[in-house]
Amino acid sequence: MSLETIQIERVPGTHRVDAAFFRDVSNAEFLQSQLLGRNADFEYAFIDASSVASRLHLLSAVYHAVNTQLTGTLTTTNVHSEVVLSLSPSNNIAEAYRRWGITPAKTKDIIVVSPASTLPTPDEIEQRLREKVQGTPVPLSDEEISKSTDWPKLRKYYGLNGVPILAAITDEAVRVKEMERLIIMRMALRGL
Amino acid sequence: MAAHAAPVEFALPQVLTYPAPTPPILVAQGAEGRLYKTTYITPSLPCALKYRSPKQYRHPILDARLTKARIQAEAKVLDRCCREGVPVPAVYALDATAGWLAMEWVDGVPVRQGINVWLGDRPEDDAISDAEVADETPLVDLMKRIGDAVGALHRTGVIHGDLTTSNMMLLPWADGQSNGASSEDGEKKKAVGGDVILIDFGLATQSVTDEDRAVDLYVLERAFASTHPRAERLFTHVLEAYKQTFKKAPSVIRKLEDVRMRGRKKSMLG
Ligand SMILES: Nc1ncnc2c1ncn2[C@@H]1O[C@H](COP(=O)(O)OP(=O)(O)O)[C@@H](O)[C@H]1O
Ligand SMILES: [Mg+2]
Repeated sequence: MSLETIQIERVPGTHRVDAAFFRDVSNAEFLQSQLLGRNADFEYAFIDASSVASRLHLLSAVYHAVNTQLTGTLTTTNVHSEVVLSLSPSNNIAEAYRRWGITPAKTKDIIVVSPASTLPTPDEIEQRLREKVQGTPVPLSDEEISKSTDWPKLRKYYGLNGVPILAAITDEAVRVKEMERLIIMRMALRGL
Repeated sequence: MAAHAAPVEFALPQVLTYPAPTPPILVAQGAEGRLYKTTYITPSLPCALKYRSPKQYRHPILDARLTKARIQAEAKVLDRCCREGVPVPAVYALDATAGWLAMEWVDGVPVRQGINVWLGDRPEDDAISDAEVADETPLVDLMKRIGDAVGALHRTGVIHGDLTTSNMMLLPWADGQSNGASSEDGEKKKAVGGDVILIDFGLATQSVTDEDRAVDLYVLERAFASTHPRAERLFTHVLEAYKQTFKKAPSVIRKLEDVRMRGRKKSMLG
């Protein structure tokens, strides 16, 4: 089973969150064309895993997107694109897609998230993803995510270069934790 | 009258009405807002949610604007402090329009409470034994850590605006510090142990002037004296530590003299 249904605190039943993680995806170009063509079978957020720091990072974006929909303040067309935008520290939608969406030539590992699927069961989603995504399913765990994370890129995206607190930390594991903390805060403060 | 006797249940902010395995707990209820203990993303990650409810006495449009601006300002200050290494809770999420901000839960007690546990509940004029005077070190150390935290804050150009021992938390150390001779002794030591985390930036502003920094310290000094009269004489350790934290700190302490003088004149005039 590659698909996971994730319970997020205070995300109501109307927004069942299903997610899957695929490594070494060979048909990113096809997936992107389907997204651009607004194929109704692709009602998911496709995230480039190299731009994700951890599960908490990813789920924070999902939470923001769902909350935005619940309060009727979506700034993009739907909750899926809102997940992509929510990963960004800025309100530039095109940039968010370039950085967190999939890019045919570059994207290898893809996280697929569906908050509020129109499909009745997780099994059906799994079935569809299996048909469409050519890659190796792996668990959506911190351990697996960390194998894909491109930290120099994240440091640039979230303005973490030259931040005093990070310069003061010598332990690598502590620094990664601190970076995750600052990233989540930057997302929460998007546009401020 | 009887109809009003039942305890008032506050309406939860919308965001807390959505399901979660653990219900939110109302921790504090102030003039401006309420603070809930709740969870963020997973049941194992506690968070503090600050909610500014609509004020009936203000014009609705003005009220909405004020609430939004204050939540945003508080979030920005917390972000800046975190990046600079000032000990404050990080922000998890916010909805300024809805009036809430979720941040890391500091799993400790306010400094006020820690100091009060240390002081115990003996009357003020009780004779203080030599042993007690000799072993004030843990409280003195806490005073120094308060000075360090406020110094770190001021160094980054932030003025807190409401420094009191209720607006700082004590985050207990991992362990190993609890080696008191008697268990009561150990408990007391533990009560004033831990990292000082600054909270409540609802009135924070940005400034690097000696005057603004000195007023911030003065507010804390007055609050400390009235909350902990029996430890008032130890406040000097806060200032001593503060002095070491950044280049301009000594001149802030000199400025504090002027601020105190003005304060005294003002209180004499009534
Ligand atoms: N991040 C936090 N973690 C744990 N407790 C908190 C946190 N923030 C506030 N509190 C508790 O709630 C109280 C009120 O919060 P505060 O931010 O000071 O709001 P107010 O403006 O009402 O004073 C604090 O004195 C403290 O006991
Ligand atoms: Mg307070």
